[in-house]
Amino acid sequence: MTQSAGRTALVELSDVSKHYGNVRALEGVSLQVHAGEITCVLGDNGAGKSTLIKIIAGLHQHDGGTLRIDGEETRLGSPREALDRGIATVYQDLAVVSLMPVWRNFFLGSEPRKGLGPFKRMDVDFMRRTTHSELLRMGIDLRDVDQPIGTLSGGERQCVAIARAVHFGAKVLVLDEPTAALGVKQSGVVLKYVAAARDQGLGVVLITHNPHHAYMVGDRFVLLKRGSMAGSHTRDSITLDELTRQMAGGNDLDDLRHELQRT
Amino acid sequence: MTAITGERILHASPLRKLLSRPELGSVVGAAAVFLFFALSADSFLKAPSLSTVLYASSTIGIMAVPVALLMIGGEFDLSAGVMVTSSALISSMFSYQMTANVWVGVGVSLLATLAVGAFNGFMLTRTKLPSFIITLGTFLMLTGINLGLTKLISGTVSTKTIADMEGFPTAHDVFAATLTLGGVDFKITILWWFALVALASWILLRTRAGNWIFAVGGNQDAARAVGVPVTKTKIGLYMGVAFGAWISGQHLLFSYDVVQSGEGVGNELIYIIAAVIGGCLITGGYGSAVGSAVGAFIFGMTSKGIVFAEWNPDWFKFFLGAMLLLATLLNAWVRKRAEASK
Repeated sequence: MTQSAGRTALVELSDVSKHYGNVRALEGVSLQVHAGEITCVLGDNGAGKSTLIKIIAGLHQHDGGTLRIDGEETRLGSPREALDRGIATVYQDLAVVSLMPVWRNFFLGSEPRKGLGPFKRMDVDFMRRTTHSELLRMGIDLRDVDQPIGTLSGGERQCVAIARAVHFGAKVLVLDEPTAALGVKQSGVVLKYVAAARDQGLGVVLITHNPHHAYMVGDRFVLLKRGSMAGSHTRDSITLDELTRQMAGGNDLDDLRHELQRT
Repeated sequence: MTAITGERILHASPLRKLLSRPELGSVVGAAAVFLFFALSADSFLKAPSLSTVLYASSTIGIMAVPVALLMIGGEFDLSAGVMVTSSALISSMFSYQMTANVWVGVGVSLLATLAVGAFNGFMLTRTKLPSFIITLGTFLMLTGINLGLTKLISGTVSTKTIADMEGFPTAHDVFAATLTLGGVDFKITILWWFALVALASWILLRTRAGNWIFAVGGNQDAARAVGVPVTKTKIGLYMGVAFGAWISGQHLLFSYDVVQSGEGVGNELIYIIAAVIGGCLITGGYGSAVGSAVGAFIFGMTSKGIVFAEWNPDWFKFFLGAMLLLATLLNAWVRKRAEASK
């Protein structure tokens, strides 16, 4: 198992398992997320990636093993609690409300306010300005933050969601398949922002089934297979080819090739 | 890092911004209806007629505002119509049976009506059943209670008169007064209506709660994931409808003095129609309070305009249906244009 000497992981899972009724969704999974590093979780459909995310994001609670945040053993009761502890999750569906303007989405759930008592209101000017400048910092120049977020492209929406997490002081950023529905160019843009977030000192969990994307930015790789861990590697202990091979099915794939081979 | 400039995003012109307002379709519709009746009924443009139209609009509008907010929040309330009657009945009967001052009844009615709203919201968020079913249940139960309890307590289907009770004149002033402005009589409900529209607009556009209302209606799961208190928001919206029902109910009571226990059935649809004509999306997440006011105004103009034009009022419902279809089509068309042109 990998261990960065002398540093406490931002988030550490050891031997975590989760059951839904009598279905084992996750069994004995361990991973670490360090500041300024990207931990990639790779796995096929149904490998347990979503379950893992939900545990880290506070949507579900684990049944076995331990979850440590900043070295302290804990159980997250709600997404709000996870957010308060600095864990921000960007879901595949992005958790944005398409019909709402970009600036309303950016601050949704954490709206800044001004005024007293019954006249307490949202600081709309500040919200508009901040949305614009924070997106600009990530390299997106939106002329009109009033446009419904549904009118942005998939990559732009992803970047808005990442910028939002960074702005609200997330220490750990969990990204659920950020490049899954995107074209080549858009994927590149998103990966650049993921790297930008890492360079700002965030710990990133990148969930993906694309080993090429993972290897471009990842520092640690955890492979999941049918709910349990099929491997855990640091960047210097594995090559892209090996990662791709394992991801594609490893020995299973060799067997399959053997079977399908025409004589 | 190179910036992604929105090269495909044209600068939004003021006209385009105007076109993307949710209430635009209804404003166009209201202008058309206004012109139509102005041309076909001579008395329509006279000040007293306008006052009558505004009064009719306000009685619908007071409820259309919170119902619109609820629809933006993604839910319906089919119990809204009879809740108005319940609120009036509680107020009247509690005052008559228990106290000497009607204001006590008015207060009790407020608490009881808010409790019904909270019940709707609580059941909805707890059971996760569609609001259509939950509030249909409340609608039927309230209808039954209204009739049953009234008969049980007062022996008839209507309440006893409370006009001679203490506090009636002041309560009448607050909920059912007639104000004279420039020689024309206006009902105070018009003021209540405008105040509610202003308050609801402020909440929607400028407060955190407004942001949450749009969010729970537009994408409930996303809202929950970013920490929006979905349950609280929805219960609050139902209590808003209850608050509107309380004002309407008190108006009903203090302008007629007695309340018929079978009233209110069917009005819930009128409130919903006003909100939809006003640009609220039936699926939630989009709409405005001002739009619901315009929708209610279209209602008021149509119902009274037919009378001024001396047509058979039986045709009112036909006009209403046609109006609803036209307004919804116009809304859909305008919104599509606005979104495509962005």
